[in-house]
Amino acid sequence: MSHTFTLDGKTISFEEGQTIMQAATKAGVFIPHLCYHPEFKPHGSCKLCTVKVNGRQTASCTMRAIAGMVVESDTPEINDERRTLTQMLFVEGNHFCPSCEKSGNCQLQATAYHLGMMSPHFDHFFPDRPVDASHPEVLLDFNRCILCSLCVRASRDVDGKNVFALSGRGIDTHLIVNAKSGQLADTNFTLHDKAAQVCPVGVILKKREGFAVPIGERSYDKQPISATVEAKQEGY
Amino acid sequence: MALNDRHAEAVAGIVDRVVTRYRRDPTCMVQILREVQEACDWISPEAIDRLQATLGVPRTKIEGVAGFYSFLYLQPRGKYRILFSDNITDRMHGNLTLMERLCSSLWIEPGKVSEDGLVSVDKTSCTGMCDQGPALLVNNLAITRLSEARIDEIAELVRSNTPLAEWPADYFTVEDHIRLPDILLGSQMAPGDALRAAHGRAPSDGLMSSNMRSWREGLPTGLGGPAAMLDEIKRANLRGRGGAGFTTGLKWEACRNAPLKSGQQRFVVCNADEGEPGTFKDRVLLTSYADLVFEGMTAAAYSVGARRGFLYLRGEYRYLLEPLNAVLERRRKEGLLGADILGIPGADFDIEIHLGAGAYVCGEESALIESLEGKRGTPRNRPPFPVTNGYLDQPTIVNNVETFAAAALIALKGGEWYASIGTKHSAGTKVLSVSGDCERPGLYEYPFGVSIRQVLADCGARDTQAVQVSGPSGICVGPAEFDRTIGFEDIPTAGAFTIFDNSRDMFEVARNYVHFFQHESCGFCTPCRVGTALLKNLMDKLHNGCGSPYDFAEIEKMNQLLQSTSHCGLGHTACNPVLDTIEKFRPAYEKRMTRKDFAPAFDLDQALAAARQMTGRDDPGAHIIAEEFGEGSA
Ligand SMILES: Cc1cc2nc3c(=O)[nH]c(=O)nc-3n(C[C@H](O)[C@H](O)[C@H](O)COP(=O)(O)O)c2cc1C
Ligand code: SF4
Ligand code: SF4
Ligand code: FES
Repeated sequence: MSHTFTLDGKTISFEEGQTIMQAATKAGVFIPHLCYHPEFKPHGSCKLCTVKVNGRQTASCTMRAIAGMVVESDTPEINDERRTLTQMLFVEGNHFCPSCEKSGNCQLQATAYHLGMMSPHFDHFFPDRPVDASHPEVLLDFNRCILCSLCVRASRDVDGKNVFALSGRGIDTHLIVNAKSGQLADTNFTLHDKAAQVCPVGVILKKREGFAVPIGERSYDKQPISATVEAKQEGY
Repeated sequence: MALNDRHAEAVAGIVDRVVTRYRRDPTCMVQILREVQEACDWISPEAIDRLQATLGVPRTKIEGVAGFYSFLYLQPRGKYRILFSDNITDRMHGNLTLMERLCSSLWIEPGKVSEDGLVSVDKTSCTGMCDQGPALLVNNLAITRLSEARIDEIAELVRSNTPLAEWPADYFTVEDHIRLPDILLGSQMAPGDALRAAHGRAPSDGLMSSNMRSWREGLPTGLGGPAAMLDEIKRANLRGRGGAGFTTGLKWEACRNAPLKSGQQRFVVCNADEGEPGTFKDRVLLTSYADLVFEGMTAAAYSVGARRGFLYLRGEYRYLLEPLNAVLERRRKEGLLGADILGIPGADFDIEIHLGAGAYVCGEESALIESLEGKRGTPRNRPPFPVTNGYLDQPTIVNNVETFAAAALIALKGGEWYASIGTKHSAGTKVLSVSGDCERPGLYEYPFGVSIRQVLADCGARDTQAVQVSGPSGICVGPAEFDRTIGFEDIPTAGAFTIFDNSRDMFEVARNYVHFFQHESCGFCTPCRVGTALLKNLMDKLHNGCGSPYDFAEIEKMNQLLQSTSHCGLGHTACNPVLDTIEKFRPAYEKRMTRKDFAPAFDLDQALAAARQMTGRDDPGAHIIAEEFGEGSA
């Protein structure tokens, strides 16, 4: 059975059990997000997808759509908050875009552009996160990890390997890999794993492929991240 | 055999013993890790090897869980692991000076392990001993009433490698300090009386019919008791004592009516995580009123149709584990737990104790359930709520310790009696944990509606500047508000009542609380994980004398964001102490404003300190005076 709700005044139809994010995406409406990925169980941690439902804010990737609900998303107030969240993610890690292989393909960077983020605003934390270059095919640069858990979910739910997990707590939360040595080389991870493809930022990087596509010709150089929602929509 | 192999073998033996006792059940992960650590002092890679093999779970899962809890160690922390309670009341009693004294006496730095691996000394969040602090935990056992003399003795005991069991018993005494009892703290109920009364009561017709289906499902037919028990709880207007004040009757009814899939059952969980700085009432209830609490849980189980229950006891109260297990054992013998309770066929219920491991956020009910299931204590996405999808996805009620104790009284004396006490929207009494600047810290029980002023008078508080009600996530009131009352109509509280006299610096109070939230954020969501860290940096910046009005705006912005986008209550309330104190004790902040508009956190002169030390220079020329570069003092 199909129902509808309104999103920024637009009528969106949804099916029972769909989240606001799923319904919006299907209708071609972009809601900024980083930890959500249509192929995985929603997680709800980055909070970029926050919307206002009947006046109360909530994550649209985990909130089930209910018929008749009134949802606001693309408002100055909410976009301000999203921009601040993006700035927080930038200063929490070490994101030096000009030197990053993911530049132009990075969802964090593209989202920052989408939201008009002009500066990091906050003082940088400059965390000390050593790189793991042990694996023959893949480099892990933890400096850019935004703790979205996509690799965790992909490895667990698709690859059936549990290569990744989060450990620590609070600001010390960090990604770990499944090896006594703590090194990726000592896991059964391969480049063909789903988990090798999902990182929205530049943590899980294929080796010896640096800048194969020049900056300026990459995904989000050609079209803004908000345009990707239409592409996804076609994939449905 | 090499030393390493022998070590691994010994560890494997310990792990096997623990894992076997927990039926190789990975949902008991937190308990397993805690017990392995109790035997091995830390969770070594060898221990994880063995756990991985015996539990059949990936290493990432074990390390992810162990890494979440403050009291579980993936690195060696010494044979004696000493943690100073660092609540604001401990600070007021000089805990930091005492910690320094211990560290210098043992020749170690805070946060580090001694060279010989014997001891580590660090801080931890409030240990719930505010009425008898300063306090510390040594290998999770609480030592109260610290003094310089006691610290020197402890240093000696550590140096001489004296086993903990041989430390003076007096150190570990924890007092109840019941100052003002009412219906609950004054209760003389004999074990079983409440259950007998609940069983004997006949249900009112309305409830009987509306709940016919569900209670038939959960319990043998022909019983009036369960529905009647629920009826009394509703009639009592009982609201949860854990802070939020949700109507207990509705919660129980929702759980009782929640459909069960095949093989499922209902659960009763008692939330004894009591992590809010300044609260210690649940500790006393579990020490001296455990029967009342367990009886309330049993009445709840009877009413919702549950056969299993958990008491989630915070790790800081580790010393209560054996006494509480003894009470459970006695109740089993008395036929008050186990099969056919009170001889009622099919009335089966038993309680297990689950010990936490140092994580305040596990008091949040869905995080608590995750922890019970052996996971990291991350709050869940809601809905669905625990009443329908709780422990292992089955209907579960989670209630505070005091809520269950009150439920037992209601079972015994009826809902009407209870509702007649307190105020219209806040029935019954509230137990307050009073600490800080007063003559008689301890527990005070009042009917709801008591004024702040009354409590201050009763506990002998003088020159009171402020009271923090309900801990950092609650509210801070100044003298102008002392006629406000405790209750859901005015100031709701989980129980903390922390008093500050005129000599205290309310900015430092707020800063201590902000450090608490930063330390206790679970780290799951961006706003809380990063926001609490930014807030802490802001407060430290002001503390370091680099404040400006710009910082007020930043704090306000952080508050907005955390309120509206955080995943759980911790993030929602994390800015409260700062906002409240800015509003009510502004001079404490003004004092720290060194510039008219903006002062950077980065201190040029401080940055040169290392260079000065290396070159052995400390003349005026080796310093940069900030005023020469900034736009002038405010
Ligand atoms: C961060 C956080 C910590 C909490 N800690 C506790 C606690 O220690 N004890 C408690 O009973 N409730 C705590 N709560 C509230 C619980 O989530 C839940 O509402 C309560 O246990 C329900 O019991 P009640 O209805 O009897 O009050 C906490 C909530 C949050 C958000
Ligand atoms: S490595 Fe990438 S995918 Fe994995 S948690 Fe970090 S940011 Fe997310
Ligand atoms: S608000 Fe804080 S404690 Fe709560 S889920 Fe988010 S990060 Fe965790
Ligand atoms: S996309 Fe919804 S919280 Fe991250």
